[in-house]
Amino acid sequence: MTGEIAVLGAAMHPWGKWGQSFVRYGVAAARSALADAGLAWDAVQSVVGAGSVRCGYPGYVAGSTFARAMGLNATRVTTVYAACASGSQAIAAARDQILAGDCEVALVIGAESAPKGFFAPNAGERPDDPDWVRFRLLGATNPAYFALYARRRMALYGDTVDDFAQVKVKNAAAGAQNPNARYPKAVDASEVAASAVVADPLRLLDICATSDGAAALVLTSLDFARRHGADKPVRIRAVSTRTPAYPRSDLDFPDIATDADGAGATAFRAQLAQAAYEQAGLGPDDVDTAEVYDLSTALELDWYEALGLAAEGEGAKLLRAGDTALGGRIPVNPSGGLASFGEAVPAQAIAQVCELTWQLRGQAGGRQVPGARTGITANQGLFGHGSSVVAVR
Amino acid sequence: MAPTRTPAVAGLFTEDGDPRGFRLLGTRCAACGALFFPREDDFCRDPGCTSTEFIEVALSPRGRIWSYTDCRYPPPPPYPRDQDREWEPYALLAVELKEERIVVMGQAVPGVRTEELEVGMPVELVPGVLHEDADRVLTTWHWQPERATEGTR
Repeated sequence: MTGEIAVLGAAMHPWGKWGQSFVRYGVAAARSALADAGLAWDAVQSVVGAGSVRCGYPGYVAGSTFARAMGLNATRVTTVYAACASGSQAIAAARDQILAGDCEVALVIGAESAPKGFFAPNAGERPDDPDWVRFRLLGATNPAYFALYARRRMALYGDTVDDFAQVKVKNAAAGAQNPNARYPKAVDASEVAASAVVADPLRLLDICATSDGAAALVLTSLDFARRHGADKPVRIRAVSTRTPAYPRSDLDFPDIATDADGAGATAFRAQLAQAAYEQAGLGPDDVDTAEVYDLSTALELDWYEALGLAAEGEGAKLLRAGDTALGGRIPVNPSGGLASFGEAVPAQAIAQVCELTWQLRGQAGGRQVPGARTGITANQGLFGHGSSVVAVR
Repeated sequence: MAPTRTPAVAGLFTEDGDPRGFRLLGTRCAACGALFFPREDDFCRDPGCTSTEFIEVALSPRGRIWSYTDCRYPPPPPYPRDQDREWEPYALLAVELKEERIVVMGQAVPGVRTEELEVGMPVELVPGVLHEDADRVLTTWHWQPERATEGTR
């Protein structure tokens, strides 16, 4: 077990399609997180930015971009990029610095200004880049992969499109209680069924949008938190950033083939969660709530199984029983998830930890999971970046 | 002048007239035998192997559908397409190869609809055309459901 760090401040800039610079969103979230922590900018000893590839050069060097916007203060600065896992890698970097004694107070920021439509690869003729190859040869967008996983669930486990729609209904109901959500309104199953098919069997409302947004955390040593008067802060107990193990049997974008048969198609998602549980010294039975990466409705069900909340193939059963809804036994995505937010890539894994922080503090308002003491997040970044955070209070 | 036929991405399948017939081309690690598709020519990905030598191999042209979907909206570039023509959705398959057992994606032959497909259905590899205009024909592979034989209900 590794040491723990404290979450002293958490904040987000609301998700949407605001059409502004990602720097504005990031600084707004950072200042709110500092206010939440009761700290001034000059208390920050390290700035960690989660990078973005969609905001030009300032996005590639997000750490210094945010630090400059807030006023260069000779702090330590770090930028990390790991696609969807950038946020948890940023948290991991800050945690390592704190636990190594290099700093006591770190500010972690992720922000994105997302283009409209499908994500596309970088320009140019680049046959060595698997992301280029999958678009060039197959036109295989991210939703096409989500649809392959969804269809596989239907064939193997008997999941139905109605099950998938119910994930949207559940998450939209939670998101309706979240002022930071891009779509803070309830959705019913008939609206999902009436939306256009994007990639059979998934419809538009089964698939997460791409959004603008930002999230920030003030992370400190436990000692600093105590000195600052926070006797019982939310603590980060584990950050899993592991890779898959060769040979890969999961068909993970941007790859167009596997190394092995498709029998262990969800193995990596389970492995990355297992690493987080082991680090935390906890197991699925200890978890009160989870924030998972519902890029599609069907994918949320894969995560139930990967996190050990349901046995393999029984994710839909958990959903149908109402166990993962607010008021259920183990609410999943009480924030409303990507279904209510859309994905702001570098901010998303940080936003998951913001939600856990509010849940564990009892500050989640109408979406509060009563008595939540332990939460887990799960996510994965392109090319095999595992991402899972365990927080406790 | 006839447009030139060019693979949409070089080195992934046999060229016209190859004695092996139309096949996907992968590589095997010369030391440990690990199989890679798309081809790996630099580093063996097996963590226990440091080989940098690879042998090109033709993959088995048959398999069973592992999963399937379709693309109802035009993908962004570099997917080649004629912007002036109405978009025609195509089916996209993930196929577990019969011999190698790896899962390989590919478009279905034009005209196949997802309603006709099932997980587990046998399919066969056939040469296909990804895009065609006045100057060039971009070639690729397609998966052809073996409708006439087993698998359909």
